[in-house]
Amino acid sequence: MINLKINNIDVRVPEGATILEAANKAGLWIPTLCKHPDLGPTAACGICVVKIKGAKNMVRACASPAEEGMEVTTHDPELVRVRRTTLEMILSNHPNECLTCARNGTCELQDLAEEFSVRERLLPPIVPDISTDDSTRTIVLDPRKCIKCGRCVTVCQQKQDVWALSFLERGLETRIAPAGDIGLGDSPCIRCGQCSAHCPVGAIYEYDETARIWEALQYPKKYCVVQIAPAVRVSLGEAFGREPGENLTGQIYSALRRMGFDAVFDTNFGADVTIMEEAAEFVERIKQGNGSLPLITTCCPSWVDFMEKYHSDMMEHFSSCKSPHAIIGTLSKTYYADKMGLDPKDVFTVSIMPCTSKKYEITRSSSMFASGLQDVDVSITTREFSRMVRQDGLIIEQLNADEKPDSILGEYSGAGTIFGASGGVMEAALRTAQYQITGDENAELEFKEIRGLQGVKVMETKVGDKNIRVAVAHGLGNVETVLNEVRAALRQGQESPYHFVEVMACPGGCVGGGGQAWKVDNKIREKRIEGLYRDDRKQRIRRSYQNTSIRRLYEDFLNEPLSAKAKELLHTSYTARPQYQR
Amino acid sequence: MAKTKQQLSPIEIAAKKYARYRDPLIMVLHEIQTTRGYIPREAAFEIAKLLNVPLARIYEVITFYNYFRLKSPGKAVISVCTGTACHLKGADKLVKEFSEELDIEPGQTTDDGLFHLQSVRCVGCCGLAPVVVINEKTYGKLQPSQVPHVIAEWKEKFETETADAAS
Repeated sequence: MINLKINNIDVRVPEGATILEAANKAGLWIPTLCKHPDLGPTAACGICVVKIKGAKNMVRACASPAEEGMEVTTHDPELVRVRRTTLEMILSNHPNECLTCARNGTCELQDLAEEFSVRERLLPPIVPDISTDDSTRTIVLDPRKCIKCGRCVTVCQQKQDVWALSFLERGLETRIAPAGDIGLGDSPCIRCGQCSAHCPVGAIYEYDETARIWEALQYPKKYCVVQIAPAVRVSLGEAFGREPGENLTGQIYSALRRMGFDAVFDTNFGADVTIMEEAAEFVERIKQGNGSLPLITTCCPSWVDFMEKYHSDMMEHFSSCKSPHAIIGTLSKTYYADKMGLDPKDVFTVSIMPCTSKKYEITRSSSMFASGLQDVDVSITTREFSRMVRQDGLIIEQLNADEKPDSILGEYSGAGTIFGASGGVMEAALRTAQYQITGDENAELEFKEIRGLQGVKVMETKVGDKNIRVAVAHGLGNVETVLNEVRAALRQGQESPYHFVEVMACPGGCVGGGGQAWKVDNKIREKRIEGLYRDDRKQRIRRSYQNTSIRRLYEDFLNEPLSAKAKELLHTSYTARPQYQR
Repeated sequence: MAKTKQQLSPIEIAAKKYARYRDPLIMVLHEIQTTRGYIPREAAFEIAKLLNVPLARIYEVITFYNYFRLKSPGKAVISVCTGTACHLKGADKLVKEFSEELDIEPGQTTDDGLFHLQSVRCVGCCGLAPVVVINEKTYGKLQPSQVPHVIAEWKEKFETETADAAS
């Protein structure tokens, strides 16, 4: 341990801690801009400078280790002046467009400008003339607003292992862009949106499609159907000053009805369907034995895209089952339209997702048109939805917390709701697979070893007389080690070290999705995750196969999991794709 | 079966040559640029595969260093020395003359792809100032009035080459 004094307060921190961490421990707040809690320091911005007694120069608190006996000053008039000058220099390369910026009101640079009473631009602005890139139709890149903090590039390259974004040129010319003169849409970008989730300013944000929804809601002939993903309910509140993890399911249903949606469904129901199909696939592969295992989950469109671009040799291990939101889309225009006597052409389906990549998924292959029409018409993020709530004049506090979803694609089990957390899909699948294998209605319900934020989680559990080994990875940088273990075993003709593998692209799973409320770190992810497990514990039914709406779906429409009809409507296929289109 | 030397691409040869370096990327890029005059995108893809380096990292390196070029510099690269001696002897007038005659700015290539104009620092023969180097040929004590002749000389050379190739 190291002892130091910060502003005359004694602090004890472990070896290797930075001055910034020590100051936080002492309850002191040093302004930062380029530093993100998920990432190591880049020391790019210089806002966090502090003084050390006896040192000639000021140092950056984010990148300087705390040392024994150090005496640090974090705030005095000179430091405030230096920080303001640094801020003015950053602002001199930043367009003065706050009013029309996607981060107006949530921008970390704007916050600092306010904090330091910046009232005029003292330096003549030099803003590069680079056009906006919306070629992915999921996230928008506006390199003019970039402050070169490096968060997005670090996340894309180091955390996600995608390497779509890079820093090109240098000095004043430095810009964020894919390799060469191409749009993000032609790059290896998997649209996970983690770059946007980590951007402190308005340089990367979601592709807004709310206008299309307002338009559809106005059109009398359209029968508007909506679904919300598990992770949305525990993050939406953050945009309204609520705690991360607070469950607003009822309020969201209520808001959607007031907006004018004709039917309000829940992606959690789709998750229950996914589990029925995926658990059946798993049981089938277990019976087939060696070679066909492991089964790998495919609910995450960014992971699917990543696999098609980087790991297409593993394709045969992929579950062919569609993601929950795609399933609700298909069923809305088939099963539900049939029951209600609606012309599927009049049904307009909207999904509210924690995810930027779902915008891509809805047209990713011909199987996303299984109903004969585009199954999901528009997919928007939690952030877009929070703006719709405000645009519609709705006040969260006045919405009904006990509102229920619409039958027949709304009732969900606890297993459906934990889909939004890393490990949740696996846990939900095991709850049903156990029953399908053993017929035991009261088998193990909770699998806590595969919950939480550790990058790779492995577990062995007994199902009947079989030992089932599973692996759960989240944050795509963690996937390769798991896949390599599997590859090595299969190449030597051995049994795969895992029978079942779950992958989610975003850290923490969908709760940490690229379309969730702005500003995220592990503390916030943990709270959102806990919110989902609370929702699970609250449910009377916690296993997908026990959900009565699920039973009815199979009795009335699909017959049984993996039936011809289920395969036609609820399953998809994969193709190897080039990392670069050009 | 191992490929014989003839079957290897220039990039494979360069990659082999520098394989013992911990990070051979810059050396390989140098080699490509020396032989091709720039780094074509296909070459960058091939390097990415051979060295197992993400394309994004390769472009970060190429664009970080002014030396590397992403576009073909043209068949004749006109380097006007603007080192101290040449500067004093009126190198700026030469840059201006070439620029006007070819209708390009320094750093650009003519639309027909024949000429690329650049200013470089000292080329090491100050006694000949002002100096212009075109490909391997050096022009010492060059006067702005001679520039049109020099350009004509190279155009003629290219025309003869094209005619020879055709016959």
